[in-house]
Amino acid sequence: MSPARPPEGARSLPEGQGRRPEGVPSNSAAAPLLEVKNLVKHFPIKGGLLSRTVDKVHAVDGVSFSLQEGETLGLVGESGCGKSTTGRCILRLIEPTAGEVTFGGRSVTRASKEELRALARQMQIIFQDPFASLNPRMTVGAIVGEGLVIHGLANSAAEIEARVAKLLETVGLSADQMRRYPHEFSGGQRQRIGIARALAVDPTLVVCDEAVSALDVSIQAQVINLLQDLQQQFGLTYVFIAHDLSVVEHISTRVAVMYLGRIVELASAHDIYANPRHPYTEALLSAVPIPDPTLNRQRIRLQGDVPSPIKPPPGCHFHTRCPIAQKGLCDVQKPELKAISEGHWVSCHLRA
Amino acid sequence: MRLLDIQGLKTHFKTDDGWLHAVDGVDLTLDAGETLGVVGESGCGKSVTAMSVLKLVPMPPGRIVEGRMLWQGRDLVPMSPEEMRKIRLKEIAIVFQEPMTSLNPVYTIGDQLSEGIRLHEGLSKKDSLDRAVQMLRKVNIPTAERRINDYPHHFSGGMRQRVMIALALSCRPKLLIADEPTTALDVTIQAQILDLLAELKAELGMAVMLITHAMGVVAEVAQRVVVMYAGKVVEQAPVRELFAHPRHPYTQGLIRSIPRIDLAATAKPRLEAIPGTVPKLVAPKPGCRFAGRCKHAKPSCSDADPTLRDVGPGHQVACFLDVVA
Repeated sequence: MSPARPPEGARSLPEGQGRRPEGVPSNSAAAPLLEVKNLVKHFPIKGGLLSRTVDKVHAVDGVSFSLQEGETLGLVGESGCGKSTTGRCILRLIEPTAGEVTFGGRSVTRASKEELRALARQMQIIFQDPFASLNPRMTVGAIVGEGLVIHGLANSAAEIEARVAKLLETVGLSADQMRRYPHEFSGGQRQRIGIARALAVDPTLVVCDEAVSALDVSIQAQVINLLQDLQQQFGLTYVFIAHDLSVVEHISTRVAVMYLGRIVELASAHDIYANPRHPYTEALLSAVPIPDPTLNRQRIRLQGDVPSPIKPPPGCHFHTRCPIAQKGLCDVQKPELKAISEGHWVSCHLRA
Repeated sequence: MRLLDIQGLKTHFKTDDGWLHAVDGVDLTLDAGETLGVVGESGCGKSVTAMSVLKLVPMPPGRIVEGRMLWQGRDLVPMSPEEMRKIRLKEIAIVFQEPMTSLNPVYTIGDQLSEGIRLHEGLSKKDSLDRAVQMLRKVNIPTAERRINDYPHHFSGGMRQRVMIALALSCRPKLLIADEPTTALDVTIQAQILDLLAELKAELGMAVMLITHAMGVVAEVAQRVVVMYAGKVVEQAPVRELFAHPRHPYTQGLIRSIPRIDLAATAKPRLEAIPGTVPKLVAPKPGCRFAGRCKHAKPSCSDADPTLRDVGPGHQVACFLDVVA
């Protein structure tokens, strides 16, 4: 094996972002399965005659968290908060600009190509759009079996077929469907195919990137239940990325709320709902429609839109919309993620 | 007289596989000033019903095969395109899901807003622009007098939906059809738009037909709810009654399949998924269309089509069985 080279771009942190957090928010003292430290991703914006980099999108702006085996961490936030970019940086589908991702004690960010391929077997992803993420020219059997071939996990065509048949049955499809093509399946069934593909290589960690967001509620419930069953059955660890707070809260053990590239609050799913501390979490929760017409809820109204991640506001990113922001503090100083109680982390000058 | 009285509406589409029965015998009424939620999953026919009311269904391949749509007593089905043009915007207006594609990118917001006002209200160019500015103020767009010179791409998604609402309400319609108006928006922006719709409704007194797949949105906004499945109305009731005593197994399943954020994490029941998928609507089989996915179904459910029957005040259900939730 070649020595671990730092990948392009994952060098030292830019000035001012190099401070390590007091501790990386985690749930227990045991060694975490996944650890993300100060993850930063800036996308360059090219422009002008020579398409030079004229600006950059601050998609992820210093995100840290860790994850125990068997846990589900929900990443939730509105469009552009950086939750999907974070998920993809964990697997290095996108190269992080800075920061460190460790999986099972091994560095993902510094892994060589060969090491990364070995890691990819243990870290899989399920995408949102089951129409775009399945190759229309491949049979379902070939899609699900591809990982087995790539990672050399099966010795013969017959073995691959047997494994694929078993996988399809595990996700609630039938084995005789393996010779069909993706277009012959409904949205919910396609998402099951995506899940079978991820499970084929027997992963430890699965990143679910808006995996149920495009589905109708009755089908969404089928897939959520399936994901929970599979977690039990195979001891999977999930990073569950979604914009729907109700879904995230339902499936997660812990939830990280993101806003403009940063985690603003991280707590157990129960605490996030019962005891939200960050003003953004409060507003987000109060905006979630609840299917109970007898409730008479007070909504916290946020004014305006999320600012552009090209020029995020200084200080606390949320201060421009925050109902309790203090001038001279929140618009100047960046808040750090601080523990306010066991396992409950908040990034707010006034609440933590 | 009802504001809108749809009777036995059937809107079908010609496809390569045969006629698709997208809307297949829908009865639906709406009173002045009422907020009606029309809820159902993809392909249930809720949007096609709305498009049929405004006769915006592309024909061909679409065709209104049967039924009447009485708008203040006048049937919209036989109306000519000219007659319909006088009704659209002026009497019935619509807001679509995608504000990006429903505004013309090469005209300013002011041009697009004032066009309808000029045509329907016979105002001069200047007066109609003034009204456009007023409407933008009404939907809380800051510095409206300057923003009428902007193009749609200058606005964010939430702002564009505000512009669409301003446009829809610019001629003070009696009915606003909102077809998934907040589905493409983030939850905090969705809350802003729903609040705005409620305020404008209180101020202008129009009826609202809110089409959505989100039970949570229906619960917060609607007074009465119509549940659709596979081209048919399966249940309708006042909103509290529907959520407290859903009578159709599909409605019951729909309510139980939603994750509930307001329930304590320890008390969370496993979601009740509805097995299977929606049936194909090309040459649909007779009988209850939900029978194939219904855990209470009996063989006799597939013999005949269930029709809506009264089960309580304003509460109707199209189910042969008495399944109490």
